[in-house]
Amino acid sequence: MEITTRSLWTLVHGMGFGALYLLACSGAIVLLHLRSSPNVPADSRPAGDRILGIYLTVMAVLAWLTVLSGTYIIYPWYRAAPPAGAANLTTFPRSLLLSNPATRQWHLIGIEWKEHIAWLVPIAITMAAFVAIRYARDLKHSSELRSALYGFVGTSLFAAGVAGFFGAMLDKNAPVEGGQTIRLVQGE
Amino acid sequence: MSTQTAISQDNVSALPNGSAAAAILSAGIGSLAVALFTIVADQSATAKNLLSIYKPTGALSGVTTFAMLVWFVVWAVLEWRWRGRNLSLNRINIIAFALLALSLLATFPPLGNLL
Repeated sequence: MEITTRSLWTLVHGMGFGALYLLACSGAIVLLHLRSSPNVPADSRPAGDRILGIYLTVMAVLAWLTVLSGTYIIYPWYRAAPPAGAANLTTFPRSLLLSNPATRQWHLIGIEWKEHIAWLVPIAITMAAFVAIRYARDLKHSSELRSALYGFVGTSLFAAGVAGFFGAMLDKNAPVEGGQTIRLVQGE
Repeated sequence: MSTQTAISQDNVSALPNGSAAAAILSAGIGSLAVALFTIVADQSATAKNLLSIYKPTGALSGVTTFAMLVWFVVWAVLEWRWRGRNLSLNRINIIAFALLALSLLATFPPLGNLL
């Protein structure tokens, strides 16, 4: 059982940071809802105030790790230009997608959208974390603050979902492969 | 006693909302900056070259770096101007959501290419 270093990085980026972020979004929305629920016991609020801020901060770290690893580690491998006349494009995913009319739009629409929309996520969630920490006690009373957080967290979920979807489709049609091979389990 | 403590914590006077307004509006502006730099890089070969500040990543490196700079600078300026003030957060939210929606649409290549 083997894996290449490039595959490992795509796993860390997509299944590690990115998927974890997507999963965390539902938790953020639930926590945010609890901040405004009248059913939350009054004496549990100070702890809850801190938890939302910490939770959103962890999400912001995940979002930054996702876009930075995607942009500066994986994307250069994706867009690398093949040598002139290269017949085998398997280690040049962008060129591989563009070489076939059936897969061309995965790059022209999918990856082009993914690479830019993903950057809206750290902006949205960093703002949400800042507001949740700074206004921890005011969230309960300010529907405007909660609306802003719902809107930006929801948008970040949508943007991360788009990026994740096209990342998965890229991995099906032209996976980022290459680099050193890491042997996970020795064959018999 | 614990109920009284909870009530007093619940009634702590609200902070001025200027910092929140600055963060929310600057996030909208930063998002729009991502979309605008993307469109500029797509429309002009010169801009694309100028934005390629890290060659392996191409123009995406400049698009995102400059958009983040715009976001941080706008945030810092608004924070400096609005900190300690109370503003209409409803209006700020509407503007920020509009900017966010525009960003989502403008980063979608078929729509971004029409601009």
